[in-house]
Amino acid sequence: MDIDVNKVAMLARIRLTDDEAAELGPQLSGILGYIEALSEVNTEGVAATAHPHDAAMPLRANVVTNGNRRDELQAPAPKIESGLYVVPKVIE
Amino acid sequence: MPFSSLSEIRSRLDAGETTAVEVAQLYLDRIAAHNDALNAFVHIDNAHVLAQAEASDKYRSEHDARPLEGLPIAVKDIFCTQDGPTRCCSKILKDFHAPYDAQVITHLKEAGAVLVGKTNMDEFAMGSSNETSAFGPCRNPWDTDTIPGGSSGGSAAAVAAALTPAALGTDTGGSIRQPASLTGITGLKPTYGRVSRRGIIAFASSLDQAGPMTRTVKDTAMITAAISGHDSGDATSVDNAPAVDWLGACDATDMKGLKIGRPKEYFIEGMDSEVRASVETALEKCKELGAEIVDISLPHTKYAVAAYYVIAPSEASANLSRYDSVRFGHRCDNPEDLLDMYTRSRDEGFGSEVKRRILTGAFALSSGYYDAYYLKAQQVRTLIQQDFIRAFETVDIIATPTSPVTAFKLGEKTDDPLTMYLSDIYTIAVNLAGLPGLSQPCGFANDMPVGLQWIAPAWREDSILSAASAYEAATDWTTRVPAQFGGES
Repeated sequence: MDIDVNKVAMLARIRLTDDEAAELGPQLSGILGYIEALSEVNTEGVAATAHPHDAAMPLRANVVTNGNRRDELQAPAPKIESGLYVVPKVIE
Repeated sequence: MPFSSLSEIRSRLDAGETTAVEVAQLYLDRIAAHNDALNAFVHIDNAHVLAQAEASDKYRSEHDARPLEGLPIAVKDIFCTQDGPTRCCSKILKDFHAPYDAQVITHLKEAGAVLVGKTNMDEFAMGSSNETSAFGPCRNPWDTDTIPGGSSGGSAAAVAAALTPAALGTDTGGSIRQPASLTGITGLKPTYGRVSRRGIIAFASSLDQAGPMTRTVKDTAMITAAISGHDSGDATSVDNAPAVDWLGACDATDMKGLKIGRPKEYFIEGMDSEVRASVETALEKCKELGAEIVDISLPHTKYAVAAYYVIAPSEASANLSRYDSVRFGHRCDNPEDLLDMYTRSRDEGFGSEVKRRILTGAFALSSGYYDAYYLKAQQVRTLIQQDFIRAFETVDIIATPTSPVTAFKLGEKTDDPLTMYLSDIYTIAVNLAGLPGLSQPCGFANDMPVGLQWIAPAWREDSILSAASAYEAATDWTTRVPAQFGGES
């Protein structure tokens, strides 16, 4: 299968260099070709598995458990200012 | 001493023959002497290790020893630790320090363990050879021209060469069991939901599970006992999971009455003939120990790798969307705008295998393809799970090879992603079905270690531990050590 690798890369928010796109395109086609084998399997009426033990999603009480740790949690950020994450200008 | 099991070290500590500080120093010395040859550790802080050991000795002098008191355990670079960096062996996390400990790290600390450092791995656990690490490949102690397996290759190599007596790994498609097999050690992937995933950097959330990599079966039980249990902070952690007598299960010395399934789909053309012979010999040994070998079929086995390479990349593409260079992670220089910042930071930060997986997943989840790929794979997953359920109606446990081949040379499979993906052909179905699986050494082929894989019904790790303990007691594979790293015994 031919796929538009740059389009998929943009969906994933990755900018590929031309060399990367040239290498990844055929590799992805190969992987997807292998995956095509799934179409042989009759799955009519078969439920899809999401959690292997079919566990229901649990609910918890809506209470604060970890307090205010803003400074620690923001410490790994590339750029912060006054407790806010700084990114390039979004609106002109 | 270096090649002692955790339980042996524990006995010596309990008897007052050594101290946690002495034990820690011994392994730090071995790391200093041998890590350059293996690249098993990507972070070590000697002072911090010794401080933990001192604290453990002090605790022991004042209280009853805890279950892992003073025992050194290394952890894969995928576990968030407040101490030291957590980088998942990726450039995108090169400066990351986690603001909290993973739940399993908290459990290890509470059990008295001494955390030794961070071990090498495939970037974001995506790989089967440890060659996609941003810190360079790790090497197999049995032959340093070969790979240790992956993705938990650093943990495997570190245990096999006795740079630590035990380590934690994670297993999404075989990443504990395959490297354990290739380096001649024991590794357990617990039942999905047994061990909390909170604070473990996510790869494929419906498959990921943490577990121990050790020298002996009992050591895997000691660690699993300490790290398992429900965690209300992990929505996929299972509440009221059936309990296991972890250590009691390891007392088994025979297999009387045990029905072992031998799936024909796991003994096929394409597997190494010496690997096959080792595993067949192991099954003969099981018969001598009283087991009955029953031929079974798991008919959807041949679709497991294909289903996995839809499901795992799809979940990875969603999980790795968080690396947006806003809250953490690498940010490119001088971004022109927000889109440029996202796309260029991610291109610079992720390695090629991670990009391949993200793109595969993004494609499988994209508009118009979801039903044909993701939904279809999740349905095939159900059929794979049903194969196992049906098999366990007639057998107690299943035995297979862990890997179709022994450790291959560095660089041998890096040009062809599909060939690499097939390395995990015997381990992947276990993750898809959420079952427990263990690899233990069962011989050598081409002078390299071979692993025997045990698979049990969900929550029946005790069946695995009993069978593996009986096999271990009847053979001497766990006493073999790689000559280059033998040192004094």
